[in-house]
Amino acid sequence: MAALIKVGMADYKVGRNPDTLISYGLGSCIGVSLYDPIKKVGGLLHIMLPDSTQARASDNPAKFADTGIPLMINDVVALGATKARLVAKLAGGAQMFAFSNASDIMKVGNRNAETCKQILRRNGIKIVAEDTGGNYGRTVSIDLATGSYKVKTIDRGEKNI
Amino acid sequence: MVDEFDLTPNQLDAMREIGNVGAGNAATALSQVLNKKIDMNVPKVSIIPIEDVPDLVGGPDALIVAVFLRVYGKAPGNILFLMPKENAFYMVDDLMGRPHGTTQELGEMEVSALKEVGNILTGSYLNSFFHFTNISMIPSIPSLAMDMAGAILNIVLVQLGQMGDHAMVIETKFLAEDDSVNGHFFLVPDPGSLGTLVKAVGVE
Repeated sequence: MAALIKVGMADYKVGRNPDTLISYGLGSCIGVSLYDPIKKVGGLLHIMLPDSTQARASDNPAKFADTGIPLMINDVVALGATKARLVAKLAGGAQMFAFSNASDIMKVGNRNAETCKQILRRNGIKIVAEDTGGNYGRTVSIDLATGSYKVKTIDRGEKNI
Repeated sequence: MVDEFDLTPNQLDAMREIGNVGAGNAATALSQVLNKKIDMNVPKVSIIPIEDVPDLVGGPDALIVAVFLRVYGKAPGNILFLMPKENAFYMVDDLMGRPHGTTQELGEMEVSALKEVGNILTGSYLNSFFHFTNISMIPSIPSLAMDMAGAILNIVLVQLGQMGDHAMVIETKFLAEDDSVNGHFFLVPDPGSLGTLVKAVGVE
């Protein structure tokens, strides 16, 4: 039976067909999905911040793009995926509150998206779809039977990317 | 690294008491604005893993209205006033003197009214912190969003997330009998601010 596996903030999960991985309520955070369309295995990572080297103590690598993405790649490969075949999709990275003098921290969504793309490229992983930016929250899920990545919002409907 | 969340029971009590007085002020102010009785609970001071914070307000995909204010000064932090959508709409109706159920969406007037409530609550709340600590905490102008709780809380959690894996929140719930008020008021001190506040109170 297909399971719906919840991925919390600063966490990641991997799985295989027919399961679905879901992460609720992303604001400036990013949901990065990986998928091997032949083996039908994949993963979903919910990062909060771009760079672990700019942060103080943390024992949770899944909180950051630079440490979380390589970790998820390893786990997806361990499940049987071929790294060269993996495709990535990402969504999130919004700026939820508008301030005229928005500080860097308010714009972290943007940096999150950029860093995720950099890290993915550095690992030779193709980014096939993206839905980032804006000022609204998103709930994301990846269907590991098809690799379809669903992005749900409150006022802007839902779409598959 | 010294764990700054390592507060003694007395220090936790002190924070709770300051929050209590602040919330009392805020409830009185809100009650005057809305012209009705407002109940509040004794504030909870909790130190919880960052990823659990959205659960305090119904889970990361709960639809909420949030007024956000940044706090500046020697003990910076963030203030969030969160309400389920329905309750926020009732509150707008009360503020505008309309029957409950009139507000269907948040236009410019409605947003402005709710921001003002956020302002009033914050001002009266922070007064108590100044009174006890002599540290002035200056709020920014308010900003409002209506969206998923998880997405809204990101803004606070990201800042805390840079410093550690836990958040300290001082949380108060405000309630009115007719559902026009059902709000959670959060003060989330920046990392480091907590130490400053506790030191200023002088409790060991």
